[in-house]
Amino acid sequence: MSGIFASLLDGLLVGCVYGLAAIGLNLIWGVMGVINLTHGAMIALGMFGLYLLFSSLAVNAYILLLPILAAGFAAGIVVYWMAVYRVVGRPALMSLLSTFAVNMMIIGIGTTLWSTSPYNVNFNLPGISLGPYTFTGNHIAAAIAAVILAGALHLFLYYTRFGRAIRAVADNRDAAELMGISSTRVLMVTFGVGSALAVASGGLIATLFPFTILSGGVYQLRSFVVTVLAGLGRPVGALFAGILLGLLEGAVTPFIAISWIPLIEFGLFVVVLVLFPRGLFGRNA
Amino acid sequence: MRRVFTLFVFALFCWTAARAQQTVTIGFTVSNTGSLNVDSLEQYRGFELWRDQVNAAGGIKAGGKSYQIKFVTYDDESQPQRVQQLYTRMILQDKAQFLFSPYSSGLTATAAIVTEQNGKIMITTGAAEDKTYKLGNQYLFQMFTPASDYLTSALDLLKAKDASTQVAFVCADDSFSSAVAAAGKAYAQKIGLKVVFDEAYSPDTTDFGPIIDKVVASKATAFVGGGHYADGATLARQLYSRKAKLEFLSLLVAPGSPKFTELGNAAFGVTVPSQWEVQSAYKPQFGPTGAEFAKAYQAKYNSPPSYESAGGYAAGLILQHAIEQAGAIDTAKVASALNSTNATTFFGLTKFATGAKEHGLQMGHNMVLAQWQEDKSGKLDKEVVWPAQAQSAQIVFPIWQGPAKTIAQAKQAK
Repeated sequence: MSGIFASLLDGLLVGCVYGLAAIGLNLIWGVMGVINLTHGAMIALGMFGLYLLFSSLAVNAYILLLPILAAGFAAGIVVYWMAVYRVVGRPALMSLLSTFAVNMMIIGIGTTLWSTSPYNVNFNLPGISLGPYTFTGNHIAAAIAAVILAGALHLFLYYTRFGRAIRAVADNRDAAELMGISSTRVLMVTFGVGSALAVASGGLIATLFPFTILSGGVYQLRSFVVTVLAGLGRPVGALFAGILLGLLEGAVTPFIAISWIPLIEFGLFVVVLVLFPRGLFGRNA
Repeated sequence: MRRVFTLFVFALFCWTAARAQQTVTIGFTVSNTGSLNVDSLEQYRGFELWRDQVNAAGGIKAGGKSYQIKFVTYDDESQPQRVQQLYTRMILQDKAQFLFSPYSSGLTATAAIVTEQNGKIMITTGAAEDKTYKLGNQYLFQMFTPASDYLTSALDLLKAKDASTQVAFVCADDSFSSAVAAAGKAYAQKIGLKVVFDEAYSPDTTDFGPIIDKVVASKATAFVGGGHYADGATLARQLYSRKAKLEFLSLLVAPGSPKFTELGNAAFGVTVPSQWEVQSAYKPQFGPTGAEFAKAYQAKYNSPPSYESAGGYAAGLILQHAIEQAGAIDTAKVASALNSTNATTFFGLTKFATGAKEHGLQMGHNMVLAQWQEDKSGKLDKEVVWPAQAQSAQIVFPIWQGPAKTIAQAKQAK
């Protein structure tokens, strides 16, 4: 198997996880216009959540994603009431500052509890080898789990009553209220779901790479790039945008030093903002 | 009567003053947080064990006085800006008379600027980069073998085992690892080894998949590189899970730590250029033997010492020896004693360059190459495989054959 195909396949697998990591940010931003700066901290909490559960219970790490999703949902609700409830609909700077404050609190508490030494989840699935290249079982499982979770979100948003309510509030909050939808409850659940997905993506990332409480920052930045690429309005589009980003990385890395990758990613960010301001999958405003 | 009484009080005062406990204050920072946490803590434990043992024995004895050792330490968060602030503080506010370096060449380079500006002696350990000592200094003294010599033994051994091997150099782009890589590459080419891949990565990289794909594509059979603990351990794990079929794997720093056993099977066969291993049986002129040091360390910290810990303890020993030789804690006298140091401790021979061009560079100390192997019960253990004088086991080569072969090979060799 040629190096470029191996690299593209690796990019595809890790791109699924980038995509899942971005869906939560995309959902919250699209529905309530809040740029959630606790996103990175939630991803990091997901990493530690999986680590702590896995260390104390000898259970398959992917099954542990279920309690992690539930805990992420609950954490999102808490953050919503703490920092977001009063700033929805207000100028964007207020929600940026208030979510940033919660982010710093989470990182401060995390640093006190776990310092900044790297942690690992020692759970390994056997990989698949194609020629001299091996694709680790963890990467394949993480990509599959990401696609399943994104699919579940799509079903929730498009095939359930509450999902329809969320889309209604995203379209026009006032009109939705007039139709009898409790927008506060919808926004609260949306924030919870967005956080749950961020936390779950953190759990998946923990099975792939070492992490510290500060590791969420890199994925938060990447989530911004993916969200801009995907556009607002179709959160599941973020999965495809993430895959696209992963494929771009895979296409480029065989030919250049990997230290150039952030330049490529953020260059793409700027190009998309200029040429496709609504993103590739965004709905018209 | 009053005169007699006054004289008596005065005499009593002089006598108690002379007998009062003197202290010598040593300042240094520890990376309690940040990416250098693991290695820095191991270095700190070396300092701490030395201090506790010396103070328990009455302190450093020089010029008829006994000095209790007092440490002044802060968390540098693995950040150069914090190192600069904190070393300035330790010298000017906390009145530290001597300094130890932080862990890592990068942070030490920053600390060296501050200590030289203030004319204070700093014994550096955990800092191998040569450049720091070539900028003109008077009071820097390096314990570690310089970075330019790190890979010499590993590459000599590799050439002896398989001269047709193809080498990939993949190092972190911090100052220490880059210095080691540059010297290593030049030496590899000099001895006729083929270098097929050469790339640097940012020290906070966690996804080595793209680099490993490139290493596999280059058909490399030997892998040399790494940086410090975090990235080195991650590289080892990912090389193992991606089944990069290597006959030789040498990583800097990380495999030297006892924490490396956490990697399980991924640790097997990994070699590390090491500043010290417990099997390095030097006969010390003063201080404990290697075995005594390791035993005391194990008893206190419930973990075997790494070479960072040994370097920390040895730094203390050498400073103590210099103070005793100088008979004072005066900077100029101790510096002169350090310049003429030519002593063997459990850590090896310590001798500093004294010329103006590279003052303080370590001239006497030698590296060994250690490898993680499995003993007969299947437990992971580090053995010294090079040089022959310090060897405790034959090298496992090629490593991709896996653990089952080791036991057979070990039986054959013994």
